[in-house]
Amino acid sequence: MTKTYRFTCIVCPLGCSIEVEVEHGKVKDVKGCKCPRGKEWASQEATSPRRVVMSVVHVEGGALPTVSVKTAEPVPKELIPELMKFLAGLKLKAPVEIGEVVAEWNGIKIVATRGA
Amino acid sequence: MFPGIPMLNYDVVVIGGGPAGMAAAARAKELGLNVLLLDENDYLGGILPQCIHPGFGLHYFREELTGPEFAARLAKRLVELGVEYRTAARVMEIRNYSDLEKVVIFTSPSGAYQAWAKAVIYAAGARERHAFEIGIVGDRVAGVYTAGEAQTLMDIYGVLPGKEIVIVGSGDVGLIMARRFALEGAKVKAVIELMPYPGGLARNVMILRDFDIPLYLSHKVVEVRGKGRVERVKVVKVDENLNEIPGSEFWIEADALIISAGLVPSVKKLTAIGVEIDPSTGGPVVNDRLETSVPGVFAAGNALLINDLVDYVAEQGELAAEGAKEFIENGGIESRKWIRVEKGENVRLLAPHRLSGERDVYLYLRVARPMEDVELRIPEVGKRVKLSLATPAEMLRVKLKAEEIRDAEKLTVEVVRE
Repeated sequence: MTKTYRFTCIVCPLGCSIEVEVEHGKVKDVKGCKCPRGKEWASQEATSPRRVVMSVVHVEGGALPTVSVKTAEPVPKELIPELMKFLAGLKLKAPVEIGEVVAEWNGIKIVATRGA
Repeated sequence: MFPGIPMLNYDVVVIGGGPAGMAAAARAKELGLNVLLLDENDYLGGILPQCIHPGFGLHYFREELTGPEFAARLAKRLVELGVEYRTAARVMEIRNYSDLEKVVIFTSPSGAYQAWAKAVIYAAGARERHAFEIGIVGDRVAGVYTAGEAQTLMDIYGVLPGKEIVIVGSGDVGLIMARRFALEGAKVKAVIELMPYPGGLARNVMILRDFDIPLYLSHKVVEVRGKGRVERVKVVKVDENLNEIPGSEFWIEADALIISAGLVPSVKKLTAIGVEIDPSTGGPVVNDRLETSVPGVFAAGNALLINDLVDYVAEQGELAAEGAKEFIENGGIESRKWIRVEKGENVRLLAPHRLSGERDVYLYLRVARPMEDVELRIPEVGKRVKLSLATPAEMLRVKLKAEEIRDAEKLTVEVVRE
């Protein structure tokens, strides 16, 4: 069974309209993108979409009540709600350095993007 | 001059500690100037510390960073260079006594000061347009925020501004906030856009698909109702002339209304000293050193014109610092003549407005309406640049070489079909 996905590419501001044909879970054809990065992104988007996730985590004793964090690598899209619940339950103590790994979830590092 | 107020002396005072101001102060220091940076917030970075999404710095640092990371890099550079800065410092007034005598009066937790300088770089950013400004009427209720206020609540203080949210405006800020709300567990019930096309970049419009958020194009929010707190908002469809279509009204239940209807450069302290304002950018008229019509007063970042890339903001800060250096050394910015830059077909706004023709310059501009396969043309000098896409959402930046433009009297910039 062939399925066609249509995306607006999010890799760069050009925003190419990309069509990906997927057969039995495998990418058969990618049309419409102007660069290899777009092709790679669209192929992944059609078969197993992933996102780098950003959020804030509560921190005690810092100058601000939160630090911003990101995942060190893209997370499968369907797992994002679960990750968000994990982050909502986290409580850190100052000091937190920017770039510090503040937690780990399913083997994915959570990195502070702001100090506190 | 102001007895009893401690006097400080600098070559240049930079107003605003966001990316433009930090880049300006760092560059000024590198150029050997004695510089003071002032910011009214408690921390440096301007709005960047609350912009926790990625997409910053690809040009300036050649690396994709989040807002706080971008801010931290610039702040680190300031500290390493030993730039003097003060946070929680509110500028009350700028006075311009003569070309090389300016004073910035500010208050801070340790008292009021008068900072004398030969040049001032104004990088105070922009303010957000609010609900009243876009004609929303109704009850005066809690739960109406600008996107930036909501972002501060959520990403600085960790407070979700509502559970069921309607967003006005589909610019990049509105779209990015839609993602943040949805990710944090709020239900984003709709994004309402007045124009027939989205205001933001295509890559940000894709965000809505991730969370099944409906986008209503050619619609506007006209009324907000509730007892104490937002309970529902009234939406109406508009025709191609943006007039409301009678009978098309409907209500959406929501407990928060987020206004993301664009930014306006903050220029009050500039107009107070007679700086000429360009009505189309909302910021000052500047030359290719980003000097305003008041000699020795420079502008950069969103106070100059609304940018979409922080990289360009930082670039403008550095350019203004180089301008300040030249101004102080030569007692003014020299040019044999100023070449006027004018808006032509499909150009909504542009800066700078006057070019010396003595150095290469970046022209920043926005088109009036989206168009594919276009050419940017400057007929007076035969310049043509092909563009696959031009949308109002994305600022165009074009380099003009000194030798290309030197002999022109004026330049008319147009973005037209090939």
